[in-house]
Amino acid sequence: MTRLIPIREAILAGVILLLLILISSRFSGFVAPSNLANVFNDTAPLIILALGQMVVILTRCIDLSVAANLALTGMAVAMINVAMPGLPILVIIAIAILLGAIMGAINGVLVWKLAIPPIVVTLGTMTIFRGIIFLMSDGKWVNSHEMSPAFTGFPRTVLLGLPVLSWIAILCVIVFGVMMSRTQFGRSIFAVGGNPQAAVYTGINVGKTQFWAFVVSGALAGLTGYLWVARYAVAYVDIAGGFELEVVAACVIGGISIAGGIGSVGGAVLGALFLGVVKNALPVVNISPFWQLAISGSAILIAVAFNARAGRTKGRIILKSAETIQ
Amino acid sequence: MTTRTLPHVSPDVTPVVSMDMITKTFPVVKALDEVRLDLYPGQVTALVGENGAGKSTTVKILTGIYIPDGGTIRIDGDPISFNRPNDAANAGITAIHQETVLFDELSVAENIYIGHAPRTRFGLIDKAEMHRAAVKLLGEIGAPFSSHTQLRDLGIANKHLVAIARALSVDARVVIMDEPTAALSHKEIEELYELVEALKSQGKAILFISHKFDEIFRIADRYTVFRDGAFVGDGKIADISEAELVTMMVGRSVDQIYPERAHDIGEEVLKVVGYDHPTEFADISFDLKRGEILGFYGLVGAGRSEFMQALFGITKPSKGVCRVNGDIKVIRSPADAVGNGIVYVPEDRGKQGAIIGLPIFQNITLPSLGKTSRKGFLKLAEEFKLAREYSQRLDLRAAALDQDVGNLSGGNQQKVVIAKWLATQPQVIILDEPTKGIDIGSKAAVHEFMAELAAQGLSVIMVSSEIPEVIGMSDRVIVMRDGRIAAELVGHDLTPETLVRHAAGITKSTKGAAA
Repeated sequence: MTRLIPIREAILAGVILLLLILISSRFSGFVAPSNLANVFNDTAPLIILALGQMVVILTRCIDLSVAANLALTGMAVAMINVAMPGLPILVIIAIAILLGAIMGAINGVLVWKLAIPPIVVTLGTMTIFRGIIFLMSDGKWVNSHEMSPAFTGFPRTVLLGLPVLSWIAILCVIVFGVMMSRTQFGRSIFAVGGNPQAAVYTGINVGKTQFWAFVVSGALAGLTGYLWVARYAVAYVDIAGGFELEVVAACVIGGISIAGGIGSVGGAVLGALFLGVVKNALPVVNISPFWQLAISGSAILIAVAFNARAGRTKGRIILKSAETIQ
Repeated sequence: MTTRTLPHVSPDVTPVVSMDMITKTFPVVKALDEVRLDLYPGQVTALVGENGAGKSTTVKILTGIYIPDGGTIRIDGDPISFNRPNDAANAGITAIHQETVLFDELSVAENIYIGHAPRTRFGLIDKAEMHRAAVKLLGEIGAPFSSHTQLRDLGIANKHLVAIARALSVDARVVIMDEPTAALSHKEIEELYELVEALKSQGKAILFISHKFDEIFRIADRYTVFRDGAFVGDGKIADISEAELVTMMVGRSVDQIYPERAHDIGEEVLKVVGYDHPTEFADISFDLKRGEILGFYGLVGAGRSEFMQALFGITKPSKGVCRVNGDIKVIRSPADAVGNGIVYVPEDRGKQGAIIGLPIFQNITLPSLGKTSRKGFLKLAEEFKLAREYSQRLDLRAAALDQDVGNLSGGNQQKVVIAKWLATQPQVIILDEPTKGIDIGSKAAVHEFMAELAAQGLSVIMVSSEIPEVIGMSDRVIVMRDGRIAAELVGHDLTPETLVRHAAGITKSTKGAAA
């Protein structure tokens, strides 16, 4: 873990840099600081969600309900804003985080107490959450003219040259960096994913740790729900449809082992940035958006193959090489 | 007693399989050292030896899973080499393993013929022929179920019959039975004996591995004894007594020195009263004093580890009371146990011990993170300090403390796990097979250290299947058999013979005969 990941992150950072150089040779405007800031801001929701997904994947689970959670929270806060336009934004954000965390807790309880496989749990809740949005909204949209200017304006407010949305993503990265390396919870996450049985023997409650991982992921999805709806100034049943797969892809490209226990905040962020750069650059250099899918898919396969190879060399040789008796 | 004084008895018949001067070395241990083993048609040969004598390695060599480093295997007198498990199967050698490898979701017939099912001329599986052949086989062994039954619906004993049918389906000449009765009831064991007799009468050579002496004397025709990977002797069962066999099995030259200990035993620290579990153990009561090393001896499957896991809060006993320093403590989780000063170093380091992927220092501090935190944040300097202190106490050999624990040798990984627990400053430390699979040098270090811990006032529970270790290290030994305490031995009663007798359930005294 100590040496391997920095190397992996360095390689990924190098690939992103190479990508930027290639793009700038076709279209130099892409690497202008203002455009890079735009790309970052555009990738901010993906970064935030990837951090939560990283925590869940590290504990050997997966959260497929993040995008549905985001959409449900987004719709809920949008409707609250329509009903109570005077409610301060910080209260709205608190509600969004709380609502998201509750949905994460539902996933967590099902995984912890009923021992249902996480992929099944979150596949189920994903569908349920989308269904609830439809029931809440009657399938109707909440449009920008119905939302208060404060509600839609907050993520776009520019502070020190960057929009608030970007700053929130940066803040999340810092908080998660500290949490993963400097708190007992962070350490437990690695222990649970790295060797659940040993974690049990160490006095760590594996199920409870996984529960809290889902709560964290849910809370971030809730936060992103508000940011998303406010930024695009629209809420409807299908927002961020399929986005959960992009979030998982960011984690996998970032070197977070789908088998749990291995990964880092830096990896998750770089994985998200890689996808963000690909998504924003291809249209400007006149490459069909279908290539974007192919490139993202290839990146996932290459990343997994690379990580599998890196993991293999770590194995200890137990048996002596087979000598034939003749 | 040296290893080669007993005469090698050669019967008139040529053995079906003959292993001669077989050696197998693993990186740290010599598992087999020039052993020999002969199996004769129509006879049951019992392979006898303590845990670690090399029985499993022998089975793996006979079935082609391991390739020996030296020696010759002969089939009907002709030398042969097995490079793949298939080679052994083609030579007619088949094994019924301790944990039978079968498929719950398939039918009995499919389980019997998986991998070598009869085919139609289109290359598809010939189901009719498969079931016809399976019915015939099941009839031969007297199995009371249909070939269409799903394996999932069968009990352990019947699953065993399926495994035997599978073994016979490849037209085996040699059948290896590795502890076949371990999971069977009394009645089922009787049925197994009948089956073994039937196989004998068909002229098959049977290698029977068992720890239970009554079984060996009941069904074996011949015996071969291994000790510490070396051949000790073989012969006809009719020519030997239980006592002589026990002596051959355990008698050894003193090749390991155990640390001298001042038996400075203090007041009672832990008292366990009436621990029961519905399926694993019953009526476990004992006490443990400060500075004492209490050995737990028993055969594999006697319920020692299962009881320790309950004591440590991993599983829940159905009843029982645990007192620490006189106060009743309820232990519902490992965290409770650690909180009450009881820690457990499990047997399976890979699965239950070190967390591969975390660096050494993080493995050591994992249960002590409260101590190395300030205001909820971990202090790296404190973590390193704690890890350094305990890794130095254990003489841990590692390049750096932030190295991945997976790169350490088995012995050093064991030290990391022990260091992790000592850092919590426990009162009672449970060591489950502390020296299993580690080299002699590390073993001595672990023993030395265990003695040191006891001298410092820590109470040690040592679960061990190695007789010299149990006798060399323990102040007192509890022998478990079939989930119950069979005996508590101390002082002069603590001999290899008494341990084996109580663990294997040999009731009559063998003392006079053994001398």
